[in-house]
Amino acid sequence: MNLPDDVRYTKEHEWVRVEGTTATVGITDHAQEQLGDITYVELPRAGKAVKQTGELAVVESVKAASDVYAPVGGTVSGVNAELNEHPEKINADPYGAGWLCTLSGVAAAELDALMTAAQYAAFLKETQ
Amino acid sequence: MELIYELSRPGRCAARLPECSVPPAKAKIPARLKRATPAALPEVSELDVVRHYTNLSRRNFSVDTHFYPLGSCTMKYNPKVNEQMARLDGFCQLHPLLPQLRNGGILTQGALRLIYETERLLAEITGMAEMTMQPMAGAHGELTGVMLMAAYHKKKGNRKKRILIPDSAHGTNPASAAIAGYSVTTIPSNSQGEMDAAALKRELTDDVAGVMLTSPNTVGLFERSLRDVVALVHSVDGLLYYDGANLNAFVGRVRPGDLGFDVVHLNLHKTFSTPHGGGGPGAGAVGVVDRLKPFLPVSRVVKRDDGTYALDYGAPDSIGYIAPFYGNFSVIVRAYTYLRMLGADGLREASDYAVLNANYIRAKLKDEFDVAYDRVCMHECVFSAARQAEHGVHAIDIAKALLDRGYHAPTVYFPLIVKEALMIEPTESESKETIDAFIEAMRGIARLSRENPQALHDAPVTTPVGRLDEVAAAKDIILTAG
Repeated sequence: MNLPDDVRYTKEHEWVRVEGTTATVGITDHAQEQLGDITYVELPRAGKAVKQTGELAVVESVKAASDVYAPVGGTVSGVNAELNEHPEKINADPYGAGWLCTLSGVAAAELDALMTAAQYAAFLKETQ
Repeated sequence: MELIYELSRPGRCAARLPECSVPPAKAKIPARLKRATPAALPEVSELDVVRHYTNLSRRNFSVDTHFYPLGSCTMKYNPKVNEQMARLDGFCQLHPLLPQLRNGGILTQGALRLIYETERLLAEITGMAEMTMQPMAGAHGELTGVMLMAAYHKKKGNRKKRILIPDSAHGTNPASAAIAGYSVTTIPSNSQGEMDAAALKRELTDDVAGVMLTSPNTVGLFERSLRDVVALVHSVDGLLYYDGANLNAFVGRVRPGDLGFDVVHLNLHKTFSTPHGGGGPGAGAVGVVDRLKPFLPVSRVVKRDDGTYALDYGAPDSIGYIAPFYGNFSVIVRAYTYLRMLGADGLREASDYAVLNANYIRAKLKDEFDVAYDRVCMHECVFSAARQAEHGVHAIDIAKALLDRGYHAPTVYFPLIVKEALMIEPTESESKETIDAFIEAMRGIARLSRENPQALHDAPVTTPVGRLDEVAAAKDIILTAG
C-alpha cells in the first residue's frame, strides 16, 4: 500500500496536498484498489466553491460509482482534464498523474482534522 | 457467431409479399420523407432465422435453464400458467382505447375487473388503502411514490426539501428522490448492517419530506429500530416510503402498512413472478395510505354500485398521468394469475421457503465464507469473499467460477457497504437438491481458492466467451448495431 508522507488523508479515502493556500486533491491508493478499474470521472467545474466534506467529484468503476468529498474547503481552480480520456491514470498513479483537481483559498487550519500517513494506515487496519 | 446481418444474401427471402394495393402515386408521400437507399434489413430464409435465434437462445443463462441466485433481484421461477393467461384472446387482442370509447367499457369488463381485483389483493398484502397499477417498472414506481409524497406536502403547505435514505439502499432511491426535486441525505449503516438510528435522528429536521427504506434491508436484515424510526418521521409530518424490492420475505407475514409505511412500491417482476430483467417489461405497482389517496395518478379503475367497472379520471388533486393507458397490462395479468394460483396460504408458504432457503445457505457456507452479518437473515444472505481475497481470489472470480459449474453468479460488490460482497437470494422456487448442489459448488470454489487460485482467475472456461473486458464495456460503448 502506497501511503506518501507529504499528503493528508480523510476517512472517506481522499488525499490532499497543500502548498501555501492551494491544495491538490485525489483518492488514495486504497480507494482505487477497492474500486477496481476506474471507467469514468465526473470532475467539478472550475470556480465551484466547496466546503470541507462537501461533494466534489464522482468516480465510477466497474464495481460502483462513488462520491469524492472535499478534504478541505476552497474554490476549484483547476481540474485534471486528462482523466476524461484516461480515468485509468487514477489506478496507475493515484497520488501523481491521477490527481482530480486543485482548490484555491484553502484554510490551513482545516488540515488539522485530517490524518497523517501513519494515522491513516492505523485507520485502514482498524476498519478493514 | 455471425450477426443476422452477416447472414444476409441479396434476394433471399422467407415470405412473398403481395403487390401493394395502393398505387404509389396516390400515397402522396413527400419526397423528403422517402429513403434515399433501401433499409439495410437482413435478407435471410426462414431456416436461417430459426437457427440463428435458436442458437442464440441456447447461449442464454436464464431461470428456465439454471439456478439464478441473484441477490436483491428475486429471480424466482415464473410459472408457465402466467403466460397462458396473458395469451388469452380476450386479454391480448384487446384494444387499449376500447374502454375510453362510448359504450366501449362494457366490452372491457374482464380487463378492468382484473386490474381492480389485483389492486385489492395487493392492497391487502401490503396493508395499504389503495393501489395504482400504472407505473411501468420499479424505478418508475419509486418516482411515482415520491411524487405522491411531494403532492401531499404541497397540498398541506409543508416546506420540505430533503429525503433521508440509508447508504445500503438501491441507487434508484436517491435517483428517484432527486428527479422529484428533493435533495438526498445519506444515513450510514452501523456494524450490525442496520441503519444508524442515532444518525437518522440527528438529520431528522422539519424540512425532511420523508425517509425511503427497503425492508428487509439491502443486506437481507430486518431493521430492529423500525418502529422508533416510523414514529420519529411521522412526528415531523414526514412520510415513510417502502421500497418493495425485498417484499418476497414478507408476503403473508408482515404488512408494510402495519409497520407504519405510507407509500409502497412493489416490483411485480420480483415478488409476483412476472418476467424480470431483459425478459420484462416490469411493473411497479404503488400503494398508499388513506391520506395520500387523492394524489394517485389517473386513470383509476372504479367499481360502480351496479357491480360494473369503469375508468375514472376525475381526481382534482391527482399527480396526473404518469403512463399511457393502464400500466403494463399483460404483466398485471401474470401477477394476478400468480396471486390466484397460490392463494393466501400459498403466498405465505412461498415467503417462508424463501427465508428458509437463504438461511440454509448461510448456515451451510459460513465456515468457508465470512458472513457479513451473522444472524438470522430474511430472504437473502450476504457473504464477503475477504477470506478468499487473502489468496488473491475476489468476489468476481467466484462469480465467474460459478458460471462454469452451471449456476448464475450471485450479486457481487453490492451492497457497497460490504467488502467483496457476494449476495445470494435462492428464492422459494428451488428444491433442496438444487440448493445442496449449489452449496457444494461454493465449497469447492472455496477449496480451490486455497489450492489453485489461478484456476479461478481463468474462469469461466465453459461459456461461449471467457472473461469479458469490463472496463472497455463500461468505457467504450458502441450503441449502434450492424
